[in-house]
Amino acid sequence: MKNPQLNKHGELQHLLTTEGLPAAIVRGILDRAATFLDAADGHEIKKVPLLHGKSVFNVFFENSTRTRTTFEIAAKRLSADVVNLNIGSSSTSKGETLLDTVDNLCAMHADMFVVRHAQSGAAHFIARHVAPDVHVINAGDGRHAHPTQALLDMFTIRHYKKEFHNLRVAIVGDVLHSRVARSQIHALTTLGVPEVRVIAPKTLLPTMVENLGVHVYHDMAQGLREVDVVLMLRLQNERMAGALLPSAQEYFKYYGLTQEKLALAKSDAIVMHPGPMNRGIEIDSSVADGAHSVILSQVTFGIAVRMAVMSMLAGKAQ
Amino acid sequence: MNIQIKNGRLIDPKNNLDARQDLFIAAGKVVAVGIAPVGFVADKVIDATGLVVIPGLIDLAARLREPGYEYMATMESEMEAAVAGGITSLACPPDTDPPLDEPGLVEMLKHRAKNLNRAHLYPVGALTTALQGRELTEMAELADAGCVAFSQADAPLTDTRVLLRAMQYAATFNFSVWLRPQDSFLAKDGVAHDGEVATRCGLPVIPVCAETIALATMLSLACDTGVKLHICRISSASGVAMVRAAKQQGLAVTCDVSMNHTHLSEMDIGFFDPNCHLIPPLRSLRDRAALRAGLLDGTIDAICSNHAPVDDDAKQLPFAEAEAGATGLELLLPLVLKWASEENIPLVGALARATLQPAQILGLDAGHLSVGATADVCVFDPEAYWKVEPTALKSQGKNTPFTGFEVQGKVRYTLVDGQVVYQG
Repeated sequence: MKNPQLNKHGELQHLLTTEGLPAAIVRGILDRAATFLDAADGHEIKKVPLLHGKSVFNVFFENSTRTRTTFEIAAKRLSADVVNLNIGSSSTSKGETLLDTVDNLCAMHADMFVVRHAQSGAAHFIARHVAPDVHVINAGDGRHAHPTQALLDMFTIRHYKKEFHNLRVAIVGDVLHSRVARSQIHALTTLGVPEVRVIAPKTLLPTMVENLGVHVYHDMAQGLREVDVVLMLRLQNERMAGALLPSAQEYFKYYGLTQEKLALAKSDAIVMHPGPMNRGIEIDSSVADGAHSVILSQVTFGIAVRMAVMSMLAGKAQ
Repeated sequence: MNIQIKNGRLIDPKNNLDARQDLFIAAGKVVAVGIAPVGFVADKVIDATGLVVIPGLIDLAARLREPGYEYMATMESEMEAAVAGGITSLACPPDTDPPLDEPGLVEMLKHRAKNLNRAHLYPVGALTTALQGRELTEMAELADAGCVAFSQADAPLTDTRVLLRAMQYAATFNFSVWLRPQDSFLAKDGVAHDGEVATRCGLPVIPVCAETIALATMLSLACDTGVKLHICRISSASGVAMVRAAKQQGLAVTCDVSMNHTHLSEMDIGFFDPNCHLIPPLRSLRDRAALRAGLLDGTIDAICSNHAPVDDDAKQLPFAEAEAGATGLELLLPLVLKWASEENIPLVGALARATLQPAQILGLDAGHLSVGATADVCVFDPEAYWKVEPTALKSQGKNTPFTGFEVQGKVRYTLVDGQVVYQG
């Protein structure tokens, strides 16, 4: 089967998922992201003209201020023209089909679509139907993938841990509904992390998740032991209504990350979260704001990583 | 009109016949096999040299989309597709709009089919009013109008007491009840098998237990009521094992599988191919192997197309939003042949699953070429290989997961009631 995100030369045409993304391309994205960060303090982002004259459309079928904003900032730092479209509240409610929307946007001569959609596979669907010179970046499709989030997580891990081959990483929480978790798992295994763990109650884990190459834990005390990186997932409030969990209180007691549980991890472990956080549900404030937390660095690095992805895609559009 | 089909390889499962024999047809009936009856003069001779002559195929699940969904397909288009696929009889499920819960609707369909003069149409009536699972339909009236069985199609019947009573009532008149086993709570919002692919793709799931739990309920109620139960579109290895056990215990149950599930698995979803969004979901390779084994050992009695033409607008959407279903009438014969050749089964046995055995499930004296039988015949070229191209299909539904497959077997003639209704 043809990998839909690579062109016939094996280069990145779209970024749809971290699954099947060659390790060299992942490293290439991380290396390029590093060049956008000021060498001195590692957190300041330069403005560059790499996408000058290009137009980037942020097409969000599902609302997300935060992700859309980081893509917008990234595109502007690359000197692109940015158009934001919240389709969730316009076309589809008027009965326009997704295909019509895509055709219309292509006719507006976009160079790149940044797409978020509530359905798994929507980014693949759009990528299959855009004009051949248009690039698609998946900014989250249903439960399937959120590759730029996973890549910025990899960037953050590399920033603090330098290497991947000697790490033990735990992903904690609602893996079943999480596009972030799926993308993290593929990125971590691609980069050679020898031990990826998932920690969750059985109601929040998909069937045969171990086939993705992870070790399954249901107990935080066991799962967090000696890990180098803790990746927390966001818990949606509606999980309680679906009979997946009894209460937020019980979830926090058994699966919330507290100082006490974090003490089981390595002393230099880092804690990450894709945001927005539910303090007191999946993570205690003292951890979120504590010495191990690198959550705000993730946000800054996220801009550099998105710049890297966009410039790698549209740089080849010529 | 007298027709002689000569020099063909005649395969007739009922008579366990697979030999070079001529077939003689007069007044819509088979009048002789092998040697011409005294005084027979053919008005038309079909030279079937190199071709295979079989009873016309009988399809247990073909949605014609009338009434109500004419934008997806019409009876004209789908009847053309049926005879182009060598299908001479088909059963249509009641999930039209309105559903087939009124004798008038059934009569209208039968009348339309008769006027079109293509394949025989056998409507399956709704088991409950509007398929809502609450009140019984007038089954006896519907049967008088032409319904051959009663079904919920893919609509849920959650109230088991209604199901019990529907079976008791149907059993009163010796009607068959056709049900697709799926627990609606466990299947809610699901679009894919609960396995590796759905986990990787993040698709909402329908677990195997949705099938086995519903199946246990159905088998138990069928045992208590003595109703003739037909299990539609079985999809899992566990489901096949339950049907096998029920048959071994002597329960009068029959079972069919769709040709899609005989050949495809969840792996074919690949990168969210909406053509693989089917009901029931494509399951694992292990399930597919069990379905094929069940078809072989007789646990599964029939293979059907589960023809469900869908318009492009409804299909060209992300996987879960895309309407479920695929066109199938023109692929049934090639896919039965493909199964036979892959499993190395004699054609006479393989074709029984699409001719004689579905006829028996329908309670019809059809699906065979004995002297006196209705001359519903399919003549095909077993050596013709062709590539499935959506635009070349006669069905108005162009969506099939088999697009691009090279298949074997092309229909050359289809006869219904002794008349040539298709020539290709």
